[in-house]
Amino acid sequence: MTGGVNSFQVSGYGPERAGWTRVFARDGLARRLDWPILLAALALSLLGSLLVYSATRNRTELNQGDPYYFLVRHWLNTGIGVALMIGALWLGHRGLRTAVPLLYGASVFLILLVLTPLGSTINGAHSWIKLPGGFSLQPSEFVKITIILGMAMLLAARVDAGDKPYPDHRTVLQALGLAVVPMLIVMLMPDLGSVMVMVIIVLGVLLASGASNRWIFGLLGAGAAGAIAVWQLGILDEYQINRFAAFANPELDPAGVGYNTNQARIAIGSGGLTGSGLFQGSQTTGQFVPEQQTDFVFTVAGEELGFVGGALIIGLLGIILWRACRIARDTTDLYGTIVAAGIVSWFAFQTFENIGMTLGIMPVTGLPLPFVSYGGSSMFATWLAVGLLQSLRMQRPMSA
Amino acid sequence: MTNIPETGRSPRVQIRLVVIQVLVISLLGTLGGRLWYLQIREGDQYAKEASGNHVQQVVQPAVRGSILDARGVPLADNETRLVVSASRTDLMKMEDDGKAVLTKLAGVLGMKPQDVLMKVRLCNAETPQPCWNGSPYQPIPITDEATPRQALQIRERAEDFPGITAEPQALRRYPSPGKANTAQVLGYLSPVTDEEIQQAQDTDSPYLRSDMVGRSGLERQYDKQLRGKAGVTRYEVDKLGRVLGQAEADPAEPGANLVTSIDSRVQRIAEYELNEAMKEARKQHDRNTGRNYEADSGAVVVMEAKTGRVVAMASNPTYDPNSWVGGISAKDYAKLTGKKSNYPLLNRAIQGLSAPGSIFKVIPTAAAIKAGYTFEGPYNCSSAYSIGGQVFKNFESQNHGPISLGRALEVSCDTVFYALSHEEWKRDGGNKPKKNPNDWFYKVAHQFGLGEETGIDLPNEVTGRVPDRQWKADYWKANKDAWCKYGKKGGSYAEQIAYENCLEGNRLRAGDSVNYSIGQGDTLVTPIQMATIYAAIANGGTLYDPTVGKAVISPDGKTVTEIEPKAHGKLPTSKKTLKQIDEALEGVATRGTAAWRFGGWPQDKIPMHAKTGTAEVYGKQTTSWFATYTEDYAIVMTISQGGTGSGASGPAVRNIYNALYGVSEDGEIDSKKALLPTPQKTLPKVRTDGTITSPKIAKDFAKEFRATPSPDAEATTPQGDDPADPQQAGTTPSPENTNRDTRRGRRRGGGPGRGGGHPRGRAPRPRAARPERTAS
Repeated sequence: MTGGVNSFQVSGYGPERAGWTRVFARDGLARRLDWPILLAALALSLLGSLLVYSATRNRTELNQGDPYYFLVRHWLNTGIGVALMIGALWLGHRGLRTAVPLLYGASVFLILLVLTPLGSTINGAHSWIKLPGGFSLQPSEFVKITIILGMAMLLAARVDAGDKPYPDHRTVLQALGLAVVPMLIVMLMPDLGSVMVMVIIVLGVLLASGASNRWIFGLLGAGAAGAIAVWQLGILDEYQINRFAAFANPELDPAGVGYNTNQARIAIGSGGLTGSGLFQGSQTTGQFVPEQQTDFVFTVAGEELGFVGGALIIGLLGIILWRACRIARDTTDLYGTIVAAGIVSWFAFQTFENIGMTLGIMPVTGLPLPFVSYGGSSMFATWLAVGLLQSLRMQRPMSA
Repeated sequence: MTNIPETGRSPRVQIRLVVIQVLVISLLGTLGGRLWYLQIREGDQYAKEASGNHVQQVVQPAVRGSILDARGVPLADNETRLVVSASRTDLMKMEDDGKAVLTKLAGVLGMKPQDVLMKVRLCNAETPQPCWNGSPYQPIPITDEATPRQALQIRERAEDFPGITAEPQALRRYPSPGKANTAQVLGYLSPVTDEEIQQAQDTDSPYLRSDMVGRSGLERQYDKQLRGKAGVTRYEVDKLGRVLGQAEADPAEPGANLVTSIDSRVQRIAEYELNEAMKEARKQHDRNTGRNYEADSGAVVVMEAKTGRVVAMASNPTYDPNSWVGGISAKDYAKLTGKKSNYPLLNRAIQGLSAPGSIFKVIPTAAAIKAGYTFEGPYNCSSAYSIGGQVFKNFESQNHGPISLGRALEVSCDTVFYALSHEEWKRDGGNKPKKNPNDWFYKVAHQFGLGEETGIDLPNEVTGRVPDRQWKADYWKANKDAWCKYGKKGGSYAEQIAYENCLEGNRLRAGDSVNYSIGQGDTLVTPIQMATIYAAIANGGTLYDPTVGKAVISPDGKTVTEIEPKAHGKLPTSKKTLKQIDEALEGVATRGTAAWRFGGWPQDKIPMHAKTGTAEVYGKQTTSWFATYTEDYAIVMTISQGGTGSGASGPAVRNIYNALYGVSEDGEIDSKKALLPTPQKTLPKVRTDGTITSPKIAKDFAKEFRATPSPDAEATTPQGDDPADPQQAGTTPSPENTNRDTRRGRRRGGGPGRGGGHPRGRAPRPRAARPERTAS
């Protein structure tokens, strides 16, 4: 993994490329791939698999007696994710753009399916579809992508055609409507964490689209009003309110609501500079942190790999985000800019929220850490996003 | 699609993309900063919390060491009970949570399966008793009354009983060998307090919640040695309490054994004789108060004269130390400490205070020599000594004429000491004291070790008091306000005394010095102090720290740490003076005040020395004191409100000597019957397996050495019921009807017309019962 970091550094963006990429020079594909993003995502997935393994090898009630159950599945998920990325590359920027309405429709159909008896509830959120073979799907993960794509398509259509410098109000309104529909459905599940991510995505997309400032501030105001309304109308379930209460005052009930946060903080804090060593963490081995292979996977890194490991994960995610920002700035059309910016907003918020809650600076919500947390849907969606970023990068003129 | 050149992108979008990028970077920076704060800055704190999370301790208590008598007979040991316990952590690993095993166990133990199952469940708000209230990692006792057969069944079929242990466990026991109770010397245990746990937390021998701690006596003094070290096994556990692996295990180290110099047989006799003497005293009529003696408490000390080791130490009333074992009941506790209890927990041998009366007289004798008077004198033993208008009478107004100091000791002549003490008081300036008064009589008392602890290895020894100038000044300062408020000129006796104390209580008055010279007034001593002094006279002048502990022997018997006798001073007398005092005290036993108690004693073989004392206490009956010694032993007995020295305590002390030396009533020495003709030199052996070689103690020795009531004893009754009792002494008392051993002091001279300006005898404080002047 560290090797991966180093190779990013030597193969920095620009004319001076590392020798090993020249092998693919004539091919063009390898030449135009964004290697830092790809390698960082791979490194995170691999590191994630080890952390997931560490957290689950003793949890016999979860791993059905096979300590490698989650490790193997994490790899499998990563493999499928990489395949999805390649699929996106194969479709290409343009192919994807034409497929947007189909993808959007499919994702909305899936989240509607969750509301039917086919859906199932995990941790208070009715946001899963059980599949045969012990697999389950969380369609809200895919909705994050299709919202980005759908909004980008609408907002960029007139601008990319050269008709207007910025999307007009009507287009913005249409785009918002396109986003709000699935968001309302997800809120009904209720999967508050995903809704929060989607709100941030919408904000990021509007920002990048060049929509009028009024929309941005109006949306921020509406978001605030909506939050108050949600609180007042009692749409939130009790467990969600408790999470916020525990965030506001972690000492509130260390055995109950505050337990997650407390144990997470103890695990991370006890890691020190270099951690207790991979698979050596007593908090992890003792299973003191709930949901440690999914939402709280960062605590494993914190305890067993210490500050070095935690900073590495943040750094790898930072590389992906940095590169994605560059792709947003370098794309030739607004559509690409919006898609890249949407992905940046999504990844950035989800990273901040996930790690932030384990560090006690954000309330607890059920959001996975991109690439690292165990979970198929999230893994597929994030790798699909990598595929989108790569396809945007590919269609950039070579001269750039 | 139209290719819009990059430069064609609107600046608004470009700026916003930069904003997004900055936002992203700052979010990641926030995470990194927070991570640094938690892991680097606060990391140690969290590491500590984490280890508290996942380490559980299981404690094996250490077996407390035994307290043995000089021959190895256990005075305090541990009763072994077979305790069957279940390990919850092991049971919970089984598929049915150990139900099958526990049911099988119930069958072996003859218990109902339901009862066993209930015992291992953990207590919580909804679970009623029975349930386990302790740590779930500690083995849970199922029964402590398993038979060896049951234990064997469980152990032999260990594979059938996983998680079940049948092991002997120790409970403190005070076996009272041969009925020797020794309660106050042994002390007792009680559970450790939170405070003590807190204090000992970071020391090398921390307390466990289940620990018992010595609260008094030897159990407290030698607690550290006896306690041993508990074994601790630290398990790493997961969130559900499942053991992940054994981290480390320190085995329990049993406590060391304490060998004492107590001989349980002599101890028993001392206790028995003290009790009998008190019972006898209660039958005697006290002419002064018009009722029988109360004999409310008493103490006796048998000490090795040449080492200061305590062979026996009894305090009465006493109690059963076993009542503390396994937690004392509220009823028992009230019985031991309540207002009506007469405080049996007090060890009156080291905590009982009273005026010494005439057994004090060896001190003014030594002081007089120091002050330059000769031993031979002669000094006039007149019938009374008067100061100003006040007359201090000799006992029964006896007049012995001019005698030596030795003879004054023998007949316990008060007036000789009155005169000497008064003379010294005058030399020191009388009512206008010199700048640096000699204060021989007080200085020497301090040099004899009075007014301070003897240093015995028992907790809470009291110091007593030498009523010297310093004390008077301090005491007056502390009390003058009360005196001045209460005192009234020409009021009642108590008011009058308070009035005078208010005026001049800070000064050493003539009457004070006179009373003091015969061990009265404000003088207070403990039996152990007097035993130490008389042992010193016996051994040539060395004041030893009395010791009960003789050696600490490791549980395997390999390490023996002897507790050597230690001296805290020398008597301030020359060899010659000491010899003269020694001869005089022998005279007390042969022809003086104690002679009637030692009729037929084989004096030529075992030279006996004695001094009697009867101290007057304001508002109470007289205190009986009897101090004696031979070459090897010193015995001091006292009975509060018990009558005269030789009268109340005499027969008891004689009986103890009889037992020690095997002397029969007619003076024959039967060496086979002698319990301890010379002090025990060797230590008992502790074998490597921890067992102790000790002689069997099966019977009660006490009555065997009991003197048959002698004609002498009968003779005491008519004459021995008054501070002035058996005194018939003429100038040459016969061994048969010897001196009185008690004297009373004052007859007030001036009568109603006595003037306020006259120096007065020491007067009692109004508020407290306290020694008054007397002599014996």
